[in-house]
Amino acid sequence: MAKWRTWLPWLLLVAAGLILPAILPPFRLNLLGRFLSLGIVALGIDLIWGFTGMLSLGQGIFFALGGYAVGMHLQLLALPPGELPEFFGLYGVKALPAFWQPFHSPLFTGLCIWVLPALVAGVLGYLVFRNRIKGVYFSILTQAALLVFFNFFNGQQKLINGTNGLKTDTARIFGELVGSDAMQRNLFWLTLVLVVAAWALCRWITRGRFGDALIAIRDDEPRLRFTGYNPTAYKTLVFAIAGAMAGVSGALYTVQSGIVSPQYMAVPFSIEMVIWVAVGGRGTLIGAVLGAVLINYAKSLVSEQLPETWLFIQGGLFLLVVTALPDGLVGWWRQGGPRQIQAMVGWPPLAPTYPGLDLDPAVQAEREALGSIPGGAP
Amino acid sequence: MDLLYDTLFNGLAIGSVLVLAALGLAVVFGLMGVINMAHGELMMLGAYTTFVVQNLFKNGPLQGIFPLYILVAIPLAFLVSGLAGLLLEKTVIRRLYGRPLETLLATWGVSLILQQFVRSVSSAFVIGLLVAVALGLVAPRLLPRPWGQRRWAPVLGVATWVIAGLVGIALASGLGGVRVLDQPWFSARNIDVTAPVWLRGSVDLGAVNMPTARLFIIALTALALVAVHWFLQKSVWGIRIRAVTQNRSMSDCLGIPTETVDALTFLVGSGLAGVAGVAVTLLGSVGPNLGGNYIVDCFMVVVLGGVGKLLGTVVAALGIGVLSYVIGSGSLLLVWPAMPAGLNELITFFATTSMAKVLVFALVVVFLQFRPAGLFPQKGRMVEA
Repeated sequence: MAKWRTWLPWLLLVAAGLILPAILPPFRLNLLGRFLSLGIVALGIDLIWGFTGMLSLGQGIFFALGGYAVGMHLQLLALPPGELPEFFGLYGVKALPAFWQPFHSPLFTGLCIWVLPALVAGVLGYLVFRNRIKGVYFSILTQAALLVFFNFFNGQQKLINGTNGLKTDTARIFGELVGSDAMQRNLFWLTLVLVVAAWALCRWITRGRFGDALIAIRDDEPRLRFTGYNPTAYKTLVFAIAGAMAGVSGALYTVQSGIVSPQYMAVPFSIEMVIWVAVGGRGTLIGAVLGAVLINYAKSLVSEQLPETWLFIQGGLFLLVVTALPDGLVGWWRQGGPRQIQAMVGWPPLAPTYPGLDLDPAVQAEREALGSIPGGAP
Repeated sequence: MDLLYDTLFNGLAIGSVLVLAALGLAVVFGLMGVINMAHGELMMLGAYTTFVVQNLFKNGPLQGIFPLYILVAIPLAFLVSGLAGLLLEKTVIRRLYGRPLETLLATWGVSLILQQFVRSVSSAFVIGLLVAVALGLVAPRLLPRPWGQRRWAPVLGVATWVIAGLVGIALASGLGGVRVLDQPWFSARNIDVTAPVWLRGSVDLGAVNMPTARLFIIALTALALVAVHWFLQKSVWGIRIRAVTQNRSMSDCLGIPTETVDALTFLVGSGLAGVAGVAVTLLGSVGPNLGGNYIVDCFMVVVLGGVGKLLGTVVAALGIGVLSYVIGSGSLLLVWPAMPAGLNELITFFATTSMAKVLVFALVVVFLQFRPAGLFPQKGRMVEA
C-alpha cells in the first residue's frame, strides 16, 4: 500500500508526459509547456517567500535575464556567419556589441541561463540583506530594481532591440526549427523533466538543516541571529538559487513562446508570479507548480472568452487567497479542508480519538457485534 | 545662473507632483505601517472625479463658472478617493493588520479591480453591482434565524454571496442589451481634462518661464503639506493618530478609539491621493493605468525619506525630482561643455526620462546602503527597527 502510494504520482507523471503530447493539439501542448516552465520560477518564489518569508516582487528580472540569454544565442544561431541580427540594421549598428560575442557559444549560453541571474540575485540580495533591509522594504526595493531593469532593457534599442524584444522562432537547433511542432514537443518533455528536477532540488534544500534555517529566518530572524547564525549568508544563497531557477524558467518560457521582450520584466507580471504561489500554497512545493499551471490555464481560457473579466477575477483571487485561504489550495487540502466542509454539511468523518478507540478494529468489530449503540455518533 | 534657476524650478515642478502623490502614502505607510498598492488607483479615481466634475460644469447651469471647476474638483476628489479608501480599510485591510506582505498583495488585487472597473463601468454594470451587494447584505436577515446557528452556517454565508453575485452578473448582462445602459462611462481610452483658461498660460518669473499649471500644483502641494502638518500636529484627531502610532495598546487603554483612528488615517491618506489625482490631470491625459506610473516612484520617495517623517518625504521627493531633471535633460553638458569624452558619452547615455529613472533608482538603492532607514530615520532601540 505504502509503496503504491510513493510510485503512483511518478507513474501518473510519466503517463502524462507520454499521453498528453499525443492527445493535445500542438497549440494547447505548447501552452501547457509554457505554464509548466513558469512552475519553475514559482518554485523559486516558494523557496524565498514560502520558506524564508522574503516577498520578492522582482523575480521578473532573473526570469527575463535567462530568457534574453537564450534569445541572444538563438538570434546568433539563426544567422549565416559574419552577419548581424536584422534589427541592428534598423538602428545603424555596424558591429556586434562586445557582450553579444560570447553568446555564439552554446556552452556559455547554457551556463549563462542560470549563472547570470544567480549572480545578479546574489549581488542584489547581498547588498539588501547586509543592511538588514527586510519585510516590505525588501519587496519595494526589488520592485524598484525590476523597474530599473525594465526601463534599461526597454530603452536600449541599439543593444538588445528595446521594446520589440528578440524573436527565437526562426533559429534551428540540430537542424529543426525552434518554432516547429516536433521541437516544441521535445521542449515540453525537457520542461517536464526540469520541473521535476527543480522540485527535487527544492525538496532537498528544504528538508535538511539548511531548510530549517530558512524556516527559522521566516519565523524569527533576530532569534536566529542571536543564536549565532548569520542570516545574511542564508538569505543571499537562497535568493541566488531562486534567481537561477527563475533564469531557467525564463529560458524555457522564451523558447516555447517564441519571443523574449522587456514585458517579461513588467511590474504586474512579477506580482502575478507571487499569486501563483499564494493560490497553490506557500511552503508546499507542489503547490507552487500547481498554482502556476492552474492560474495560467484559467487565465488563457478566460482571456479567450471574456478578456475584460480577467482582471476582476485576478484581483478577486488576490483578495480571496489572502483573506480566506492563507495557505493556498494545497495547504487547505493538507490541513483537512475537505473534511471540514464535509463536517459542515452534516457527515462528520470519524476522527481518531486518543487512544484511538473509534478506529480500533477490535472496537469496531465489537460494535458491529453489539449492533448500533443508542446515542452514538451519527 | 539662469540654468540654475531653470533646473531648480523644473526639478521643483517634477518633485512637487511626487510630494503630493507620496504624501498620502507617507501618511498611511508611516503612521499605520500599511502598504497600499492601490494608492495609484486612488489617484486615478481622483483624476476621473476631476473629469466628471469638468463635464458637469461644461454644460448646463454651471457653465458660467466653468473656470472654477477645478476648485470644486479638489474637495470632491478628496471625498471620493477618501471614501473608496475607507471602504477598502473597513472591508479588507482591517483583517490584515500586522501582516504587511499580505496587505501588499490584497491591495494589489484591489488595484487590478479598480483599473478594470473604470474601464468597463457602465450603468448596467453599476446596477448589477448594487443589486448584488444589496442582496448579499440583506439575504442573511431574511433567512430563518436558527439557520445561522447550524453547523453549515459558513457554507450558507458563502452560498448567499455566490448567488447574489450570480444574480448581479445576470442582471448586468441582461441590462447590457439596452444600448443606453451598456454605454461605458469612460471606456478604456485615456481621458483629457481641459484646464481652465487661467491655468493655461505661463508666468514669467524673471529667469524662467513657468507654466501656470505647474505653479498651481506647487501651490496645491504647499497647501496640502501645511494642512497635513496642522492636522497631525495640532488637531485633536491628529494627536490621537500620533499616539496610536507610538503605542497602540497604551492608547487603547487610555480610551482612544484605535479602530476609528485607523479608519480616519486611511481616509486622509486616500483622500490626499485623490487630490494628487486632480493635480495629475493638469499635466496631460490620464487613463486607467495612471496608478502604475506613480506607485513605484511614490514608494521610493517614502523609503528614501524615512518612514513616519513628512519632512523626509518632502526632501526625498524634491531631491528625486531635481536629480531626475538634471540627469534626464543632460543639463550637466551645458554647464561643463568641455568635459572629457567618456563622461560626456555617459551623460548622454542617461539623458532620457526613462534612463534618468534607471540612474536615480540605482542611486537610491546605493544610498540605502549607507542609510538603510532613509534620510530621516526614526530613532529607536528595537531590534526590528
